[in-house]
Amino acid sequence: MHNTTIKVALIGNPNVGKTSVFNQLTGLNQQVGNYPGITVEKKEGVCKLSASSKAKIIDLPGTYSLNANSIDENVVIELLLNKNDIDFPDVAVVVTEVENLKRNLLLFTQIKDLEIPTILVINMSDRMTLKGIELDIPYLEKELKTKIALVSSRKKIGIDNLKNLILDYKNLSIEPCLNASSIDPDYFDKLRKAFPNQLLYKLWLVITQDVNFLNLERNEIKSSFTKSHADLKRLQQKETIKRYQFINDTLKIGQTIDKSKASDFQSKLDRVLTHKIYGYLIFFGILMVIFQSLFDWSSIPMDFIDETFANLSSFAKTNLPAGEFTNLISEGIIPGIGGIVIFIPQIAFLFLFISVLEESGYMSRVVFLMDKIMQKFGLSGKSIVPLISGTACAIPAIMSARNIENWKERLITILVTPFTTCSARLPVYAILISLIIPEKRIFGFLSLQGLTLMFLYLLGFGSAIFSAYLLNKVLKLKCKTYFVVEMPSYKIPMFKNVGINVLEKTKAFVAGAGKIILAISVVLWFLGSHGPSKGFDNAEAIVLKSNKNKTISTEELENEVNAYKLENSYIGILGKTIEPAIRPLGYDWKIGIAVLSSFAAREVFVGTLATIYSVGNHSEEETTIKNKMAAEVHPVTGDKIFNFATGVSLLLFYAFAMQCVSTLAIVKKETNSWKWPIIQLVFMSGLAYLVSLIAYQVLK
Amino acid sequence: MAVLLSDLKIGEKAIILDVNIEEIPLKLLEMGCLPGNNIQLLQIAPFGDPLYFNINDSHVAIRKETAAEVTIRLEIQI
Repeated sequence: MHNTTIKVALIGNPNVGKTSVFNQLTGLNQQVGNYPGITVEKKEGVCKLSASSKAKIIDLPGTYSLNANSIDENVVIELLLNKNDIDFPDVAVVVTEVENLKRNLLLFTQIKDLEIPTILVINMSDRMTLKGIELDIPYLEKELKTKIALVSSRKKIGIDNLKNLILDYKNLSIEPCLNASSIDPDYFDKLRKAFPNQLLYKLWLVITQDVNFLNLERNEIKSSFTKSHADLKRLQQKETIKRYQFINDTLKIGQTIDKSKASDFQSKLDRVLTHKIYGYLIFFGILMVIFQSLFDWSSIPMDFIDETFANLSSFAKTNLPAGEFTNLISEGIIPGIGGIVIFIPQIAFLFLFISVLEESGYMSRVVFLMDKIMQKFGLSGKSIVPLISGTACAIPAIMSARNIENWKERLITILVTPFTTCSARLPVYAILISLIIPEKRIFGFLSLQGLTLMFLYLLGFGSAIFSAYLLNKVLKLKCKTYFVVEMPSYKIPMFKNVGINVLEKTKAFVAGAGKIILAISVVLWFLGSHGPSKGFDNAEAIVLKSNKNKTISTEELENEVNAYKLENSYIGILGKTIEPAIRPLGYDWKIGIAVLSSFAAREVFVGTLATIYSVGNHSEEETTIKNKMAAEVHPVTGDKIFNFATGVSLLLFYAFAMQCVSTLAIVKKETNSWKWPIIQLVFMSGLAYLVSLIAYQVLK
Repeated sequence: MAVLLSDLKIGEKAIILDVNIEEIPLKLLEMGCLPGNNIQLLQIAPFGDPLYFNINDSHVAIRKETAAEVTIRLEIQI
């Protein structure tokens, strides 16, 4: 008996629990990647169906219909139209939700028209009795020409039945459940005669939208069967009405709803959460809790990680044979990795909160609540989602702006999102705040350091909103203001979904940032421990010579030699060169190097300083990065380098500057032009320089 | 009597008569905003916009200016 693999595509509207069905089927057997050439997340997983067969399951992006509005939705049609795609499914599983069956079935009838074997999953079936819903499954299966699996992904009911249906996919009907071409018989008859070998619905999809399918014939189809935009849309409306008629008729018999049982829990909660006073209070309360916890709760694991890496570094140094390679490990790589691992707790917390807000359905209420206000700044209520998830990372945040229908609002959202305090800024903020803000509490519970962090978050949001206001005035774009947002029913977030999401996101983030940090640490270490001139090689002799008349201990001598070496290394020379430009901001050349390397990615800052200080400083007591920074003094005056003025100046610089190559790349992709990322880079970094300059000059 | 959807009051139910196909996005049609379907206004956001409807059993929020492109017939309260 040989093993078989069935290819399954999971398709469904947003908010129907498609991903939790996917998680139930695959468990942790899943991987997240990208579709080639575009930045749409591709989720795949494997599910064991029986002893000899398994299924390869693709979780396609959520879509309301096969008429695509965004590149995420395009992925769905392009796969379903292309029989030659290696991922083309043997069977399509359309996931619907019992409370929204009517709307969810629209997509189902479209998929059926593609004549792919299709299974209908009705999810959240555990809520049926609560909502007074009864379904006549045999009738629905007959009318919809499919097999139905009643599933509750939350209660893990019906998953085995679904697996059996997948296993048995060859017995599924591929007949469409209604004849949509009757909306304009003449037109569709002609189309059928012209392309007898093609599926009529496929042709119709190709005519009505911009998908890559049979490129050769595309022009031919277009030229002879084109209609005006308005005519096409009229036909699409007719088609949609036709589909709804069929669905309404089918459900009239197949579904009975006892309205008296339907609790109005949702409307009661809506009334509070979107209330003009309580709504905002609750929203800001939630934000408060998030930010306070980010600093307070995550400091425990963070301190632990910091210590661990400092110990690891000295362990490597004492136990490995001395030499270049050991120095690279103990001074370059370990502090570099430590610089990223340390903020895993904070990133995980952020992703956790965002994922809970999305899963519970609360995010849509915030969108609703904020839309009018955001419109005043040229944004959409939907910009809230990118602005909030921008606190985790600007890259997924900018991608999540895709569902903003209006181009101008979307563009402004993309341009201002990098102002929000992303998690890469956190380690920089965290270490600077702990250096310059005293560890005090106001009223006994509000930590001063936490408040400073909160202020920096507000500053990020404030600059985003203010820049949006400016852009809205400057940009002259006329766009129709579309705004359609579904208000899903409230759900208690599922632990498994949230957990997997947090795990995947954190993993991707650490791997991505880790690679950059590792590379930069190695390069910096090399540049810091090698130098061009004779001065570097003869450091010891030169230092000895200048100290000829004094008596100094061997330890002092060693320190001086190291400091001299660092100043004459490649990195020292580079740092000295840029020093005049950053001196007015209160930075020395070492900070300058850290700031400069942060233009690859902000989180490099801490790692860079760690590397530079490790190369230059060999005393045994100052092991953690923070201690090293606190001990750093000006060589001439003996003042602390990280004093209040410099700290504030640095904090502000990192708050405003556009220091993330990956974000610039994603902005280029999403706006399809280099113009916008360049404007972003110049504007944000210019602003950062200016603000830090003023701050330092006033405070020093 | 034909009224605009944007004039509906909270809690009022109506039947959709016509939608201005030039101004209404296809996505909204697919959410069920089609002639003949039921619609009810559930909530109005602070500052009067957007509006939150139950359209053909789907819960959807749209802006007032979009709602002004839909004509409706009020359902008589029994």
